[in-house]
Amino acid sequence: MKWSEVFNSSVGKKLVMALTGLFLISFLIVHAGINACIWAMDGGEMFNKAAHFMGATVVIRIMEIGLFIGFLIHIFQGLSLELQNRAKRKVGYAVELGNKGSKWYSRSMGLLGTILLIFLIIHWKHFWIPSRFTGVEEVTLSNGVTTHNMFALMQSTFSELWVVVVYVLACVSLCWHLIHGFQSAFRTMGVHNDRFLSLLNSVGIGYSVIISLAFAMMPVTMYLGWVS
Amino acid sequence: MEQTINVTLRVWRQKNANTDGKFESYPVSNVSTEMSFLEMIDVLNEQLIKEGKDPIAFDHDCREGICGMCSMYINGRPHGPWHANTTCQLHMRAYKDGDTITVEPWRANSFPVIKDLVVDRSAFDRIIQAGGYISVNTGNAVDANAVPVEKQKADSAFAAAACIGCGACVAACKNSSAMLFVSAKVSHLSLLPQGAPERKTRVMNMIAQMDKEGFGACTNTGACEAVCPKEISISNIARLNQEYLSSSFTTAE
Repeated sequence: MKWSEVFNSSVGKKLVMALTGLFLISFLIVHAGINACIWAMDGGEMFNKAAHFMGATVVIRIMEIGLFIGFLIHIFQGLSLELQNRAKRKVGYAVELGNKGSKWYSRSMGLLGTILLIFLIIHWKHFWIPSRFTGVEEVTLSNGVTTHNMFALMQSTFSELWVVVVYVLACVSLCWHLIHGFQSAFRTMGVHNDRFLSLLNSVGIGYSVIISLAFAMMPVTMYLGWVS
Repeated sequence: MEQTINVTLRVWRQKNANTDGKFESYPVSNVSTEMSFLEMIDVLNEQLIKEGKDPIAFDHDCREGICGMCSMYINGRPHGPWHANTTCQLHMRAYKDGDTITVEPWRANSFPVIKDLVVDRSAFDRIIQAGGYISVNTGNAVDANAVPVEKQKADSAFAAAACIGCGACVAACKNSSAMLFVSAKVSHLSLLPQGAPERKTRVMNMIAQMDKEGFGACTNTGACEAVCPKEISISNIARLNQEYLSSSFTTAE
């Protein structure tokens, strides 16, 4: 069987979603870990060092390209699958099955993903684009290195209430997206042992709640002035 | 205890595949609660025939829940409100006096409406023809116990073999995916030693045919499992994924 046949089959397309999804899930752990440095309560010293490491290390910059490719494939494949699947039922039902058979968030991965895509664009505009292109004010770290003061950028960004609200709503969407996506990815890859599936389901819920809560607390604690 | 109730049926009427359909309402009076849903429609149809109207066309055969022919989408759920049940085994005691019951055909592009509540499910036949079988040499029948089968695998295969191919999974799935059906058939055969020689080609050909028939992809929502009259587990879909990926990645060409 040709590779093109495999990846054009319904199972192959889902495999692409599962693999890129799990890749992005692993990225979120790194992202949350680096960002958690804002809570070191040292005026952003540790966080700026971590951000400098992420921005100035050539290996990580190369990995960043991989991350972009992962995002792009997940987004385009996800949207195209959503449209293809929707087109499989031209005449709909007068009375829908609704929540009688499945969870609303399992049926709304396309919608949740689209909300996350819109958030991602806002998020890039807030942090990634200033850091890479339009410039961020500089700060000198204790080791004498001058770098972008990303901590100050976070503080000024999260001083506006609407930004905090948008970020928290995005984290809520992320949580539901991950709760379905985590276990679904393993099912798509072929894990069919019921013991593992129930374990993965629990791990997935734990991961989704913890990661989303950690991200949501970043703008909230900054807005409330708990981070110095 | 037997009671009689009056219900209103809101039924999808469609002359043939090329015309548009619409809902029509029919009052059905003095319905025994001990009647099956299909018997209630029989009564209504006799009434319609007497009135000189076209009776409601619907699929049915064994009327004992094992053939998979009945296919009504009743009040937003395939085979009606009862768990692990076919339409023919649904009884009117599920309803109260004065209820309005909406009955629709299975909805999926791959299941085109033939007439009223009858849909064309031959796409399932073509999927089976693509690989849902085992090849057996002619000659003397092999002794039934000659081939040892692991107990757990025999149980899983048997549970998957319970699929009657009614298509409720497709009807319930938001993607009109046939994965639960295909996974039941693949699991049933591939778990057993008799299915081993064609294991790889079976799953690849059946998935290829499933995609060709225009069914959607699985997004693991679980709606299929919830409505399946034979309680086919969604874990079969994960097994199908594994069978497909390991087969398609390991073929030489």
